[in-house]
This record gives sequence, structure tokens and C-alpha cells, in this order.
Amino acid sequence: MTHAPAHPIAPNPRNLDDRGLSETPAQHASYLRDGYTLRSWLLTTDHKRVALLYLASVTMFFFVGGAAAALMRFDLLTPEADLLTNEGYNRAFTLHGVIMVWFFLIPSIPNTFGNFLLPLMIGARDLAFPRLNLLSWYVYMLGGLFTLFVLVAGGVDTGWTFYTPLSSMFAHGHVILAATAVFVVGFSSIMTGLNFIVTVHKLRCPGMTWGRLPLFVWSMYATSLILVLATPVLSVALALIAAERLFGLGIFDPALGGDPLLYQHLFWFYSHPAVYIMVLPALGVVSELVAAAARKPVFGYRFVAGSSLAIAAVGFLVWGHHMFVAGQSMYASAVFSFLSLVVAVPSGIKVYNWTATLYKGDISLDPPFLFAMCFICLFVLGGLTGLVLAMLAIDVHVHDTYFVVAHFHYIMVGGTVAAYFGALHYWWPKIVGRMYSLAWGRVGALLIFFGFNLTFFPQFILGYLGMRRRIHVYAPDFQVLNVLSSAGSSILAAAYLLPLLYLFWSLRRGAPAPPNPWGATGLEWTVPSPPPKHNFEVPPVVTRGAYDYGSRHEGRS
Amino acid sequence: MTEGMLREPYATLHQQHQAARLGMHLFLASEVMLFGGLFAVVMVMRILHPHEVVAASERLHMWLGAANTAILLTSSLLVAIAVEVARETRRRATYRYLAGAALLGLLFLALKAFEYGSEYEEGILPGGSAAALSNPVQHQFMNVYLVATGLHAVHVTIGVLLLAGLAGGLAAASLTLPKRIPLVENLGLYWHLVDVIWIFLYPTLYLAR
Amino acid sequence: MSGLALWPEQASAYAAEVDRLVLGVTVLIVLLSAPVFVLIVAFAVKYRRGRAADRSHQVNRRVGLEVSWAVIPFVLLIGFYVWAARLFFDAHSPPADAIEIQVLAKQWMWKFQHAGGQREINELHVPAGQPVRLTMASQDVIHSLYVPALRLKQDVVPGRYTTLWFNADRPGAYALECAEFCGADHAAMGGHLVVLTPTEYAAWLEKSGVDESLAAQGARLFRSHGCSGCHAAAATVHAPPLEGLFGRPVPLQDGSLVTADEQYIRDSILLPQAQLAAGYPPIMPTFRNVLSEDEVLRLVAYIKSLAADAPERPR
Repeated sequence: MTHAPAHPIAPNPRNLDDRGLSETPAQHASYLRDGYTLRSWLLTTDHKRVALLYLASVTMFFFVGGAAAALMRFDLLTPEADLLTNEGYNRAFTLHGVIMVWFFLIPSIPNTFGNFLLPLMIGARDLAFPRLNLLSWYVYMLGGLFTLFVLVAGGVDTGWTFYTPLSSMFAHGHVILAATAVFVVGFSSIMTGLNFIVTVHKLRCPGMTWGRLPLFVWSMYATSLILVLATPVLSVALALIAAERLFGLGIFDPALGGDPLLYQHLFWFYSHPAVYIMVLPALGVVSELVAAAARKPVFGYRFVAGSSLAIAAVGFLVWGHHMFVAGQSMYASAVFSFLSLVVAVPSGIKVYNWTATLYKGDISLDPPFLFAMCFICLFVLGGLTGLVLAMLAIDVHVHDTYFVVAHFHYIMVGGTVAAYFGALHYWWPKIVGRMYSLAWGRVGALLIFFGFNLTFFPQFILGYLGMRRRIHVYAPDFQVLNVLSSAGSSILAAAYLLPLLYLFWSLRRGAPAPPNPWGATGLEWTVPSPPPKHNFEVPPVVTRGAYDYGSRHEGRS
Repeated sequence: MTEGMLREPYATLHQQHQAARLGMHLFLASEVMLFGGLFAVVMVMRILHPHEVVAASERLHMWLGAANTAILLTSSLLVAIAVEVARETRRRATYRYLAGAALLGLLFLALKAFEYGSEYEEGILPGGSAAALSNPVQHQFMNVYLVATGLHAVHVTIGVLLLAGLAGGLAAASLTLPKRIPLVENLGLYWHLVDVIWIFLYPTLYLAR
Repeated sequence: MSGLALWPEQASAYAAEVDRLVLGVTVLIVLLSAPVFVLIVAFAVKYRRGRAADRSHQVNRRVGLEVSWAVIPFVLLIGFYVWAARLFFDAHSPPADAIEIQVLAKQWMWKFQHAGGQREINELHVPAGQPVRLTMASQDVIHSLYVPALRLKQDVVPGRYTTLWFNADRPGAYALECAEFCGADHAAMGGHLVVLTPTEYAAWLEKSGVDESLAAQGARLFRSHGCSGCHAAAATVHAPPLEGLFGRPVPLQDGSLVTADEQYIRDSILLPQAQLAAGYPPIMPTFRNVLSEDEVLRLVAYIKSLAADAPERPR
């Protein structure tokens, strides 16, 4: 099929037989040039523009949640309550958790990079339901608006976990509004997951079989399964809290025959799979980065793809490991502990396979790949401390201490945020069409790695020493470690601001990016940077596997 | 096929329809998980406090519930026929069956409202006199009954509005067949799920004796 | 504790064993992760782009290798799983001769009641070398009793009794804190576990002003709230006798059998219709709005103290 020349008459955008002509010259050049008005952004159905809408909002929420964290770490410099009041501190950590979990971590990679890249990676012109995609952003913003309103109106002080009966009967803050905000943003999650699953099933280009999908697509698929199936259970749990506060229903009120533990089961049935929503996309990003770093197929493609699905499936079976000391039966706890060990196995497979990928590779240390290495180290530490927590007798000691806080920050911040920055540094040239300073990028990666470890490693020690979480008054013996942690957090804050500076700088002064600056495989690197509005003029036809870097390998990839 | 109903990013109408159907199935899966949480609550209650659950269940109006079950099943039948008839592009028959299903849905809601009313009179709903139920666990059962059937009623209402809207659009010819066959099919799927959920809710709540 | 300690004091043999377990798990973790760190750095150096190295015969798949590094770490972990589970089960199996102490958690303090009636707030004195069993209730939200030096914690959940037992063998004062976020003053909710030598403990018991034992206080409540009106031997109302009830199996109306433990007694007082004893009319009123958790704990102590050799009453 030959490419039609530029057409002087305005083409009919609804007539897809007109396909080669259906893009105006501006659209053909770049999706960024397809309209400069606010309306063209706020009413877009282009998945790439929706991704940028999300990028902006997710970044904004990251800094709001980060500000809450900064307040907390400042207050924790001293063992007394001198910066914030008790209520103030409680609201700070609650808001930090709510915003970071639901308005940053969960949407971060899926809704920015998933949205932008999924159609490109499978050779499609957009997601299955472009308008649903835009709606999901509006729903997300509505939930975010409620949350910001809660923040301004005085906050909520139950912790992001909203445990009953504290949240249903005793807390004074805006619990119902906060629960509603999270309920609303849950719909955005479900819409996104639904969209991605249908896209992967129905819009793969000719030749793009399941076995040729990039590993990022596999992890987005697994993530989407969790998004669709787990989120509704959270909706029920939050709705029941609101019903209890509004109508006194007493489902979690023991005096009325209710059971506070029921809430914990409902909540964690969602929230444990939710942490896999937060980490699976990051694992997918890192697979892409490692392959590109080494210019080599990921070792053991099948096991790595399968491990994403295994994590999603087994992740639904381990929620009770949050409740070992909650009053759950000993035998149930033993089962959950065992299954928690099982769920670590697929993650281990990924890490060892990535390491094997580097063997005999052609390794670049450009910023995205430094972030990938950063991820692997921090994720390994975080994941293995998860195994420590899964051991029953150990968890009894460290549950609800800073050990747990350190564990999940290693995975979510050391892991997911590092992968997020890795993705940003890797696909930035594709998204905006400019290269940024690689030297500054490397500085950013190293600063983040250093600042992160200084902030969170001392917290493992603090936790085992017995420092509980969710307190701002602590024993003076803990101060030295807390000061180290707070010092690290100030470095980390600077390290997160730094990429903003050089990435924005690149928008104006960066060199124009070629289609494939990293020499990587993948359909997204076959289109210009930035891509045209409809991604591909003609649907690509795929004949080779995802990481076909050349003829130096033996065995099928 | 060049009526302009083919949308980006699809290459063929068939692909587009398949995608819409898969999307509806996924949405229904999420709805199953939503009600699944509530079913889990009832199951746990039943296992821990079997007597109180039976005692509370006996206070529910089993025959009203049975009538509602028959009504919903019939409306599901009408919707299934509507889908078949739509596939034959018989516009008139389609909107008549859809309207019939919507009316039956309305009847379901009316009976439900009547049922809630009489339960309120009897004092067994939350907010009623505390003496009507002898036991806090019975109160809990009624709470869960209210939440579960209330949530279901919300879904029935949405379904009725959508069915009525679709029927009206077809009647006024602002929506046409065969263009809107997938819409009828997918709405049919939604209505069938609403029905299936009730098929499980009814015995779980009313027949626990 | 001073300086930069890396782990808290060990107040019991159990704590020492938990530390050994953690050390073992840490060693395993280092063994599982160190190769990753080392190899990443080594490969990044050796195979750095632009550097000459042997990159021929790349292998992209070795199922045997993948299966082994999936299975072998898991198998190694199982050993630690069993060790940890065994310790956990031990921590949930109090010996029969443990000293009983009742704990009431409320926003934002801990109240401890010794069997002899001694009361403490935020401080708990126990003898060294003797098992101690805590029966815990919450008056409001979920709290959690945590003693880092014992490596133990247990959530205290409203509406039920939870238990924690330990045998502290090293005298000293250790931090005791609430570990489940419970509202505004959660950070300050705590005090000390004071472990005394047996002689010091006996002296402390003497010294602590006490009017009556917990059971005696319970007996007073039993009479003042009219319980004896139905449950005493001479009552005309047909109510289950309470002498020797504690610890015995109770047949329920639906044919099942439950053991009359603290939770059963508490529920019978506060939710009497929940588990009806077989052969008795369901006429016991609830004392939900009449008795506080404190008072219920004392009643439980009283009922526990009733002798087992009371004469049989005609049914």
C-alpha cells in the first residue's frame, strides 16, 4: 500500500477508508501539534494526550503527598511533638498515605506510560475505548478534588487504612468525604483496567501474537486484571463505613453484634492485590529497560511473562498476612504465611532472569538503565524484607513498627518510583521529541539511590528496635536514626525535584530526538518522536519476537 | 459498512463489536466482585451465628421476594427475546419487548418499595424500634439485607432507565437497527447480570431457614 | 539502653529465640540477594557497551536454571517458615499455671488488674521466671499491646477478649506501648513492663493498696446487679448454674457444644441470645448498657473462681 501524498481538501476524519488521508498535515507530524487549545486537550480522546493529562495530575499529587511526608520527617527530627499537634500529625500521615496510594502510585505507571505506550507497543491506533479513557481521567480528578477538599477542610485522621471502629465510630475528621473520594477514584481504576484488557485482546496488529508481546504489555495486562477484580471489594468496604457513619448501621460495631475484623478482611482483600497494582507495572518497565540496556532479549521470556500473571493470581490469596496479630485464627495465619512465601517466588524469577539477561549483554549506563539497576537493588531488599515479615513469629514483633514502613517504602518508593523515573527517562524522547542531558540524568539516578537508602534503611533498624509507626513522639534513644532518616529525605526531595528541572529544560533546549535514540526493539521506536496522532499510518505487521536484537543468540527468544 | 459507525481505532465493525462485548463482560465481572463482598459478609454471618440468621430471615417476606424473583426472571426472558428480535432488525418488536422488560423492572422496584415500607412498619429495618428484633445479630442481618438489596435496587433502577431509554430511542427511530444491535446485546447482558445477582440474593437472604 | 543499639533488649528466652530466627533469615536473605548485587555490578563493568568482551553464544532461555532458582530459595525458606510457625504457635499456647492478669485498653491508657485486685495504670509489674497470661479487652477502638523486649504484641479488639502470654526471665523495666493507631494520643499510650525478682514481686504485691481481689469485686457486682436473683441455687427462675461452669463444655440449643471460656461468659452477659444453653428458656436480659468492660472482666474473674464441687441442682 503506497502512502498517499498530502491532500489539499480537508479529509473526512470519520471515513477510515480515507485512512492515509485522514490525518491533517499537523496531525501527521505529531500528536502534540494536533490542536493547541485547552479544549483540544481537555476533550481529547487521543491516548497519548490523556497520558499527559495524567502525567501532569499524578505529578501534582506526588508533590502534595510529598509535602505531607516532608512535614512528617521534619516533625520526626525531635522526639517531642514540636512541629505538629497530635491531630495535625495524624492527619498528615493519613493524607500522605491516601494521596500517595490512590492518587500517585496506583495510576502512576499504568495511566501515564500504560496509556501512552500500550497501543504503540501492540501496533494499534488507540486504546479500545478512547472516550472511556478520557472519562477515567475526569473521574480521577473528581476523586482528587474531593481529597483536596478534605485536605483544606481539616483532613482526616484515621490512617489510609480506615480501620474500624476508629473510622466508623470515633474519628472526628471528614471520614465520609475521604471514603467517597477513594470510592470515586476506584471507578477510574476499573475503567482503565477494563480498557487495557480489551485493547490487548482485540487490537493487536497482524503478527502480534501473545508470545510476541513486550513484557511491559504482559504486566499491564496482569495489573488490569487486578484493577477490575479487586477494586470493587474496596468500594464495598468504604461504602459500608460510610453507611455506618451516616445511618448507624453498626456492621462493624461490636455492641450491635458487628465485627471490626470484618472490615480488615474486606479492606485487605483489595489492598493486598493493590500493592501488586503498584508494583507489577514497575516490573514491566524494568523488563523493557533491562532488555534495552543490554541490547539483548530478556532471559526466560516465558517465565517472566508468566510470573506477572502468577503474581496477580496468588496475590489475591495472601491478604491475611496483614492480620497475624489482629485476632485471626492461628491456623488461618499459618496458611496465609505459607502463601506469602509462594507469592515471592515469581518476583524472584524476574530478578534472577534480569540478572541473567545482563550476562554477555552490551550494557549501556544511560540514565534509564541506571534507574533500572537502582530498582533491582532496592526491590530485592524490599521484597526479601517482605519474606521476613511473612514469617509468623517475626511479624508479631515488627508488625505496626517502622520495619513495615521501611519494607513497603523500599518496594513502592525504591521500586515503583524508581521504575517510574526510569520510564520517564527512557520514553521521554518518544513522548516529547527531545533529548535531555544524560549527565544530569545520571546524577539524578545516583542522588535518588543515595537519598532513598539514607532515608529508609535506618527505618529497618528503628522498626526492629521497637519504634511503632504512626507516632511523632518517640523514645529519645531513637533520635539518631530518625535524624539520619530525615536528612535522607531532604536529599530525596531535592533528588525528585532535579529531574523536573532538566526534563523541562529539554523541552526548550533539548536536541530533537530521533525515532529510536536507545537502539531498542519495540514498535514504539519505529514511529517518529513524538508519534503522529494515530500512531501508525498503516498497521505494522510483526514477524519476530519482542526482543529480537540480532543473530548472536542461540535458542528462541 | 460506511455509515460512519466504525470508530477509531478499529479496522472492522466486527472487531469493534467484539471489543464492546468483551468490555461489557469485564464490567460485569467487576460487578460480581462488588456483590461478592456482600455475599461473603452474609456467609460469614451465617457460619458464625446460624440461629440468629435463620430467625431474622424468617421475618422477611418470602412470598414477596418470590414474586419479585418471578418478575425479574420474566423480564430477563423478554430482554433475551428482544436481543434475538433485534438481530433480525425488527425494530418494533425490539422496543416493545424492551419496554415490557423495563415495565417489569419498575414493578420489581414498586414491590421492593412496598416491602421496605412494611418492614419499616414492623420495625425490623434500621431505625425501627429496637424491640422488634431480639438480638443484635438479627439487626446485623437486616443491615446487610438492606445494603445488599438496596445496592441491587440501584442497579435495577439504572437498568430500567437504560432499557427505557433504548426502547424510547428505537421507538422514535433516533436509534436504528442494525446499527444498534450491539447496544441491545450489551444492555441485555447487563440486565441478565442484575437478574442473576437477584437469583443468588433471594435464597441467600430469604431462604436461610 | 544507650548509644546506637541495633536491636532491643531481650527480656525472655523467647525473645532470644526470635532474634536467632531473624539472624538466620537475614543470613538466608543475604545469600539470596548478594549474588544479584555482585553480578549486576560485575556484568555492568565487564560487558559495558564499547568494551571488548566475549558476547558470542548468548543464551536466552534455560528452563532448568529458571526452575532451580525459583524452587531452591523457596525450599530453603520453608525451613524458616516451620521454625517461625512453631514459635508462633508456642506464643499462642499459654501454660495452665500462668498468672492471670486482666487488661483493659482504652483511649489512651492501659489498665492492668492483678488477680489479687492490685490495679495499675500504664505500668505492669510481673515476677521473673513465671508465665503470665493477659486477658485483654478494649473499651473503644482497636489497640495493641506491644512489648518490644519480649518480641510480642497482640491486638486488643473491642467486642472480644484476646490473650497474650509470656515468661519474662530477666528483671528490668521495658517499654510497653500501644501499637495499633487508636486516635489522637496514640503516640503517648504506653508505659513499662517491670519485671521483678520473685521476692521483689511478693513485696510489691503486699505494698500495692488493694481492697479486694478481682473475684471478690466480681462477687459484689454479681449481687448488686441481680445476677444471683436467677443464678443462685435458691432462685425460682430456671437459669444455668454457674458453679464449676468455667472451662467445661456447654451444650447449646442447636445441639453444638462450646467451651465456657472467658469469651463465652462475656458474650453470655452482653449478648445472651447469641448462644442459648440447651434446656433453658431464652429470658436472660442483656447487660450491654449496664456494665462496663471493666465490670464484666471482674464478673468473669468471679465466675472463674466458683468452685467445681458445688452440689448438683435439680434441673
